[in-house]
Amino acid sequence: MTSANRLSPLEMDAIALRHPHLLQGSSNKRLRTILISVGLVVYLIFSWWFFSIGHVLGNANWGIAGTYLADWVSYEVRPEIRIARDKTMTLDYQRNSPLGHNPNPSWVVLDKETVTRTVEIPASTTQASKPKTSSSFSFMTPGSALGGANAASEQSRTETRTDEVITRALVTLNRSTKIEIADGLVRATHGGETLTMAVDGQNTVTPQGVLPTWATQKRPGEKITLAFGATGWAEVEGDEVSVRNRFFGWANFLFDTNSPFFGKSYGEVLKLITSGERIDPTRSNLSLAWNNILYNAEWQHLDVWTKLLQTVVMAFVGTLFASLVAFPLCFLAARNITPNFLTNQIVKRFFDFLRSVDMFIWALFFTRAFGPGPLAGMSAIFFTDTGTLGKLYSEALENIDDKQREGVKSVGATPLAVQRFGVLPQVLPVFASQALYFWESNTRSATIIGAVGAGGIGLKLWEAMRTNSDWENVAYMVLLILLVVFIFDSISNALRSRLIGQKAH
Amino acid sequence: MATSMLPKHLSDNGALVERHWQELNSRRRLYSWLGFAVLVLALSGSLWFANDSNAGKFFDRLPHFFDFVGDLAPRDGLEIFRAMFDRPSPYDDGSFKYNYPEGRLYLTESFYIPEYVHKMLETVNIAIFSTVIGTFFGFIFCFLAARNLMPNPWIRGFVRRLMEILRAFPEVVIAGFFLAILSLGPIPAIAAVSIHTIGALGKLFFEVVENADMKPDEGLRAAGGNWIERVWFGMVPQVLPNFASYFLLRLEINVRASTIIGAVGGGGIGELLRLSIGQGHQAKTLAIVLLLFATIFAVDQFSAWLRRRLVGDQAFQLAQ
Repeated sequence: MTSANRLSPLEMDAIALRHPHLLQGSSNKRLRTILISVGLVVYLIFSWWFFSIGHVLGNANWGIAGTYLADWVSYEVRPEIRIARDKTMTLDYQRNSPLGHNPNPSWVVLDKETVTRTVEIPASTTQASKPKTSSSFSFMTPGSALGGANAASEQSRTETRTDEVITRALVTLNRSTKIEIADGLVRATHGGETLTMAVDGQNTVTPQGVLPTWATQKRPGEKITLAFGATGWAEVEGDEVSVRNRFFGWANFLFDTNSPFFGKSYGEVLKLITSGERIDPTRSNLSLAWNNILYNAEWQHLDVWTKLLQTVVMAFVGTLFASLVAFPLCFLAARNITPNFLTNQIVKRFFDFLRSVDMFIWALFFTRAFGPGPLAGMSAIFFTDTGTLGKLYSEALENIDDKQREGVKSVGATPLAVQRFGVLPQVLPVFASQALYFWESNTRSATIIGAVGAGGIGLKLWEAMRTNSDWENVAYMVLLILLVVFIFDSISNALRSRLIGQKAH
Repeated sequence: MATSMLPKHLSDNGALVERHWQELNSRRRLYSWLGFAVLVLALSGSLWFANDSNAGKFFDRLPHFFDFVGDLAPRDGLEIFRAMFDRPSPYDDGSFKYNYPEGRLYLTESFYIPEYVHKMLETVNIAIFSTVIGTFFGFIFCFLAARNLMPNPWIRGFVRRLMEILRAFPEVVIAGFFLAILSLGPIPAIAAVSIHTIGALGKLFFEVVENADMKPDEGLRAAGGNWIERVWFGMVPQVLPNFASYFLLRLEINVRASTIIGAVGGGGIGELLRLSIGQGHQAKTLAIVLLLFATIFAVDQFSAWLRRRLVGDQAFQLAQ
């Protein structure tokens, strides 16, 4: 650097003039760079248009993306408070609520009172106008359960009955967020701001005052959506306040709500298992608990594990058989071992055929032949990898060192002994290493051919995603897959580096 | 086995060596047999398990194995090409099975692209586009993950872990997630394939970078070049042929991957193939299979030829 600084500009020019080829690439080369860059830009613009990327991304529902992502690691509890015209309320939870059959969480405080009154039931005037989740139809209004179908016979009935009704409800989502409902007024507090909304028990919501940034109402009188960020959100309608309270974690991971162990702490469960009285007289509490875990309706542990094992087995058997079949065939394909051009070409083209009819096509065909299940996936992996491994093996054979072979041949060994002692010791570690590598990579790709019906966890994963509401199950399966892939990666890496030394990658 | 028989004429030391060697040998043989036994056990267990949990049992289905091949035979051989090029079929009865001309995509008044060719091009383009995206990000990440260019172990470790996760994350989940947000179409497939490609290519790239010659880099460092200059002038020129080779290799893999992703809802030819197999349209299925086979074969051969030109015999390493 110092010596470079001492050069005068004149000297530098002189140097540049003496070695022009060093400082300026040939025009051909520069032109090529420019052409490649221009081509790339044109291609990207073309693809942008071809896939109409801008249009699709613009129309995407990014708000839902956040909810789906949050669903991976959290769950919602949805108290839904219906408000009648006389401003009394009833509380309902979603079906299959993670809180069990009789949810009574401490964050929902209710003031109840028993009244005898005459209730006017609007047959379907309020319900028919807006779609709702089925769980929001409560037993209070039996006529409305039929929804729009009943709309023709629109009439109001009156009925006298004695009920326990809620006069005031306070839902606390977190320290700074709560919703209080009483006397037809919904008071939502979030981050120090309070919004009061008047609901009429039918279909109009009137905010009192200016809407804070976390509340939105599209048209006056329509529902107001309150977004509380990660804590959850709420929707205030004229006759209903639906709260979505989000909790971090996976709900009911061990015991579902039907299990006798549901809702108990780990200590209690442990005590029941070790010294408690038998819940089911026919078996011990331990076996009952284990059974309840395996057949957990929400998480389906046993099914997930079985499907995962299928994926692992598919990759294992498929790769093993493929390497066993490719092993003898590759000797026929290598031109230095079998000096017969026709045989070489036939076997090599056969390998190409197996490889080019993709794993996906094989999977679809074998699913037709064997029915859905791991046999199909296994055969698909077997067929594709016979081609790939055969190709790699024969290339490894063609690259061997001929001296060992000649040495063995020169002492008068039989042709088989020449292969055994002259060729095999050179290539066997490479063969095994490549088989291991494909075992590992097939464990990964077996997931996706499962999604087209060829067995394994793929289909289960795909079905869980299609419902758009079981993202926590997707997260669970992904985690298990990553774990399995990681384990097999490590095993295969360890074995390979033992086989061919440290240069394995 | 004559393992314990020692030749008489050996000296004491020689006999000791001989005995030691034989002990080692028998232990090795024992391990080999043990390993073999474990393998056989695992294999038979796996086979039983697979057969047990399959919808059709292997030996029940075997006699009917080629039934579906019979099911696939079209009414005549030319039907396949009529289906492939959207020519009207003489068997047309108005059903989906023979409605070949309906899929035509007219570019001008009379010139059209057949449906399957169009979808095949879409699939190939998904593969190319995602490989380009994956290469771009893999190119950036690899220099941050290479030991010889990134001395900070935290950044290096982070980038490497990130690439591992991108690589191992099931493609089908990424596709499914984007399918839930975006409408149906090729973008979920592009997202899935390119995210996987970033991880896979990043790994291959940084291994190339780590094996590169450090002399140009030293020269640049001595002349006071900053990090970007060192990478751009010292590293990139020597790794570019290898990168290009891996790009092509990945392209081969991605053509297959985008076909599969298409079948699970990402559009392109994969979806059509799944549908036509499911509905038992013989000629259409065979046309698509033939087209796919030809395309994959052509891409493989082209890429193998180009890679051999770029990096010579190194081109044979396969990678996922």
